[in-house]
Amino acid sequence: MDQDFINTLLLTGKLAVWTTFILFVLGLPVAYLLAYKKFWLKPVVEALISMPMVLPPTVLGFYMLLAYSPQNTFGRFLAEHFNTRLAFSFQGVLIASVVFSLPFMIQPMQNGLTSIPKSLREASYTLGKSKLTTFIRVLIPNMIPSIITAIAMTFAHCIGEFGVIIMVGGNIPGETRVASIAIYDEVQAMNYHTANQYSFILFIVSLVILTLVYSINKKTTPSP
Amino acid sequence: MNENKITLDESICKSPLGDLGVTEGSLSISITKAMLSADGKTNLVVCTEIQDNELLCLFGHSGAGKTTLLRLLAGLTKPDKGRIVFNDTVWFDSEKRINLPPQDRNVGFMFQDYALFPNMTVERNISFGQKEKNKEELDRLMELFDLQILKNQHPAKLSGGQKQRVALARALAAKPNVLLLDEPLSALDWDMRMELQDEIIKAHLLLNTITLLVSHDVHEVKKLASTVILLKNGTVINKGKPVDVFDPNLNECKNYSR
Repeated sequence: MDQDFINTLLLTGKLAVWTTFILFVLGLPVAYLLAYKKFWLKPVVEALISMPMVLPPTVLGFYMLLAYSPQNTFGRFLAEHFNTRLAFSFQGVLIASVVFSLPFMIQPMQNGLTSIPKSLREASYTLGKSKLTTFIRVLIPNMIPSIITAIAMTFAHCIGEFGVIIMVGGNIPGETRVASIAIYDEVQAMNYHTANQYSFILFIVSLVILTLVYSINKKTTPSP
Repeated sequence: MNENKITLDESICKSPLGDLGVTEGSLSISITKAMLSADGKTNLVVCTEIQDNELLCLFGHSGAGKTTLLRLLAGLTKPDKGRIVFNDTVWFDSEKRINLPPQDRNVGFMFQDYALFPNMTVERNISFGQKEKNKEELDRLMELFDLQILKNQHPAKLSGGQKQRVALARALAAKPNVLLLDEPLSALDWDMRMELQDEIIKAHLLLNTITLLVSHDVHEVKKLASTVILLKNGTVINKGKPVDVFDPNLNECKNYSR
């Protein structure tokens, strides 16, 4: 296998790992707020988080590109203060990927939290434990299957992402050229053999991850 | 009913946990809270004073406001108006906008579903209640409630009666000011009930403080309570010793019908 092929796969993995890590850290508190807090903008926030499930990736990609452009506030801010341009860079693709995978991380976690009986939280509070302690020692350990599902789904979705990445990142080897884009590129160039190699690896990885998710969900029984 | 207490008193009250360091005191309640009862919207109105050492039963039909009252005392639900004072500590005062969170009230709350943490063993469930880790005290509590052989089990493996004992031990581990028990025996069969009624008396005497227990079983109330409060559609309609409140022949309470 040539170096390009390996680099492309490594970049795909790197993007998926970073996206999953950032979303995990970001997703836990957001899922907590959505599961337990009431605020009047909540339906809007929930709708926005779910948007990537129904929106064409090109739409999100288009708006991300606009935001990254130095002609607009966010892009200009980055260019002036950090001398950074996000369009067609790994960081730009990473941010877009985080936004586009939001529902895959947050929804399973939110469902996991709401399915934990309220009395467990309340029992912990009456035993003098703070909300943070309760979250770490009572809630998280009782939603492990949901957390694994969230991580696996986010990772798998991220590996398979195409539209947003091609809009925001294009096809720059070593920077934004991930496996899904390489497949498209190789097919255009009629290199079916290489396309097949990429495709087969993505197929197997996704199958393994989803099998893991379903076997975990099957094992999980409702908490007593 | 009171004989029961005295016989257990001698053996348990002083010894197993030694000085529990519990504050003695009275609980003064005067609150209102809008709630849904069997007859639609109504107000829970309770004005009463509970003395130290009282084992008080809240008796009434479903929807009378028994559980709501316990939740208001624990700080899990906020009253609309009024005051709750334990000794000199104001737990809730609507005028002064004081509302201590459950963490600062130090009540032992036993939920109807026991609310044991599924991820923890029996031992860890109980030690979770301790403010400071104390292995000796933990062992004594487990021994007292006969939980030593179950200490490494998870709640999913326990029977209803065993869960109840773990929940009681956990509530006691925090050395609460007030013990609140929400229908602790409703899910158990008759034999188990008899046995665990003794455990509740044991827990009460151990703490040597106020215990409030929700029940709609007249026998249970007669056996356990030093005082009973009759609640009907959110209103206290009678308060007194069980012998005065309940008709001895009918096992029904006087002046109480749906």
